[in-house]
Amino acid sequence: MPPMDRLLLKNRAAIPFDDLPKISYQALGDIAVGCLCAALRPVALFGVPEERHAESVRIVALFADDAQGTLAVTSVSAQRGATVPSLTPSIPAFHLFERQLWEEFGIVPEGHPWLKPVRYPHDGHPPRRIEEGYRYFAMKGEESHEVAVGPVHAGVIEPGHFRFLCDGERVNHLEIQLGYQHRGVERLFREGPLAAKSTLAESVSGDAAVAHATAYAGLVEALGDTVIPRRASVIRAIGLELERAGIHLGDLSALCNDIGYLPGTQLFAVMRTDIINTSLVLCGSRFGRGLLTPGGVNYDIDEKKKERIIATVRRIRDNAGLLAASIFDNQSVLARFEKTGSVDTATARAVGLVGPAGRASGLTCDIRLTHPTDAYADHPFMKTILQNGEGKAAVSGDVYARAFVRHQEIQDSLRYILELLERLDAARDGIIAPVAPPRPDMIAFSLTEGWRGETLHAAVTGGDGGTRRYYIKDASFHNWFGLALAVRDNGVSDFPLCNKSFNLSYCGFDL
Amino acid sequence: MARTLNILLLLFLPFLMLGIINRVKALAGGRKGFPLLQPFFDTLKLLRKGAVVSTVTSWVFAVAPALALAATFTALLIAPGVGRTQVIAFDGDIVLCLYLLGLAKFFQLISALDTGSAFEGMGASREALFSVIVEPSLFIFAGTLALVSGHMSFGELFSLSGGSAWPTVAASAGAIMLFLILLTEGCRIPIDDPNTHLELTMIHEVMILDNSGPDLAFLQYAAALKMYLFATLIAALILPADIPAIHAAFALPVVALLCAVLAGLVESLLARFRISHVPQFLFLTVALSLITLAAAIYFRGGVA
Repeated sequence: MPPMDRLLLKNRAAIPFDDLPKISYQALGDIAVGCLCAALRPVALFGVPEERHAESVRIVALFADDAQGTLAVTSVSAQRGATVPSLTPSIPAFHLFERQLWEEFGIVPEGHPWLKPVRYPHDGHPPRRIEEGYRYFAMKGEESHEVAVGPVHAGVIEPGHFRFLCDGERVNHLEIQLGYQHRGVERLFREGPLAAKSTLAESVSGDAAVAHATAYAGLVEALGDTVIPRRASVIRAIGLELERAGIHLGDLSALCNDIGYLPGTQLFAVMRTDIINTSLVLCGSRFGRGLLTPGGVNYDIDEKKKERIIATVRRIRDNAGLLAASIFDNQSVLARFEKTGSVDTATARAVGLVGPAGRASGLTCDIRLTHPTDAYADHPFMKTILQNGEGKAAVSGDVYARAFVRHQEIQDSLRYILELLERLDAARDGIIAPVAPPRPDMIAFSLTEGWRGETLHAAVTGGDGGTRRYYIKDASFHNWFGLALAVRDNGVSDFPLCNKSFNLSYCGFDL
Repeated sequence: MARTLNILLLLFLPFLMLGIINRVKALAGGRKGFPLLQPFFDTLKLLRKGAVVSTVTSWVFAVAPALALAATFTALLIAPGVGRTQVIAFDGDIVLCLYLLGLAKFFQLISALDTGSAFEGMGASREALFSVIVEPSLFIFAGTLALVSGHMSFGELFSLSGGSAWPTVAASAGAIMLFLILLTEGCRIPIDDPNTHLELTMIHEVMILDNSGPDLAFLQYAAALKMYLFATLIAALILPADIPAIHAAFALPVVALLCAVLAGLVESLLARFRISHVPQFLFLTVALSLITLAAAIYFRGGVA
């Protein structure tokens, strides 16, 4: 008999909001204990303001059971400004969620070790400026010093503040303080019809446009109970995998650039251009913008496009494989990649790492495998675990592992694209289906494996068909803290390399 | 004549070396690269610009660039140029030459600290550590040459004569050592990365982050001169003494440019070292200088 304290559902399912079990915050802690033995993984914990009582907040908790391929959802009723016993001391992966609850609704997690703002939303509780009263970590000692970087950086990159607590050249801890890019994305999703937010979804994090658009479109379809054509689902998956391969190639180039290794920098950059130009062929945007829409896709793949994509993908698959083989065999490169920025499996699980960073630390998280939908369910995505020098997949959790995992994923993605293109001829059911409007008083969750990792979009609809709550969790949400742990005990000069191996999103975090 | 040529070469060759290194890297990476004398034009451009000076800095920051350039330029006047002729020469001038380089570095270090920036402090600390290792190898090597040649002036130190195999040992070990020092002092890969934009990984570049306009031009020229200095030492070491003056006039630039090509190749093929591993690499220069010293003692049959 299934436990009464939670509701089990599949990825991209919608249920009536009133069906959510109501439990106490302590009982939530009892479920969360499952996270300790790796049976469950915390995916989200967010507040939904109650429609009829302005002071009441329903806290929705979502866990993933990766072995069973199910999601477990439950909820807690709380008042704004209430005090609840913090889950963070026992399960650190909750630390950001609880900080967010405190920031947005004033719900105080008692015993939280790092109760600080997440991003200071302007509609927060209480609304404040980012820098105001932020309590940074401090370290005292004879040789200790702090290096502050940002929020304005030397390159054309996003703003974020980094504080290195150093002992000479050694980093003891890195404090990452974000929020400078907060645009109120979740609020924008609530304004106007939900089905018209594709462009907004693509700009949650511009380098993961297809990932967020996929998660968003899946959510709208779940809320309206729309089934998309098989052909559209195949094209979506091709777009998503092209995005993954393109970004991974660009990041391998950037990793080589950070260590001054010229051949890798140049050649991977050339391949990245070829791949993102393939997205251009597919939908007119190198970043896959405009490809997806709720109900299907906007662009079909005809025979001419198909041949061009096949030719490029085959060529890049072979060339990237050769180049990666030579780079992961180069002593001067390995000397920089290996044992730099290590995150062990236990730490990775404790802080809830997702995506390639989690897989490089030995976690098995991958939504494409554990919670597949659409094309991934029709045509299972298989991983060919390439062998590295020692005959194992790279799970050492260091920069080498993160780079090697990305190399593997490039190969897997490109191979999968070729497989999908073969299935395209059999799927001739159009590229777009009419979208039903979201059903009232529902809650839905949509998980997608973007290139950066698990991307969650969730929504609660109101009685009038409007959107009561829209919640987004980018893969960066958990992984920024992983980066902070990765640089501990490393040289401060190795930070850029660690940072690039994660390549996290500022705006995806800040929302 | 040779002295005039020495000074003329000082004005162009250092920039040309930078241009060549860039061109080699560009070709290796499948790009065209910028014009060979672009670093020269960049310096001219900077000289015409104004400078922004941080309000927290003192006179140290103001004088350091000019002082560093003056000291480095004077050191180059002492160093052996075309046909090993020196513009300024006297007994023991090598000590002045090396300490002028030290003076230039000292002012750059305290100027970096003067800005109060955490980045520049880290850069200065790294630069100071690496210099501490490189300096003894230069002095041991110079002392060895003085011991063998019996001369005390920089230009004459390099007349390698003595035991049959001694010149070969001294020239090869010395040239490798000088090339490694050239890479270090020239802030090249694998020690430093002159092209990076990441302040946290920089060494030389981060120390001059706050400099702009003519000050920046002075510091960049001084850095290029320093790299050229080690190329001239390599030329003095490996070129035979008795070549005609007209050949010597061409030989020095050729050696300097070959050094640049070699540095470019190193940068094209190697990744940069982890900063914590650089000192180990630099101890190699000490080892090489000790090899020349040991060889000198062996071939002379003793120290006396």
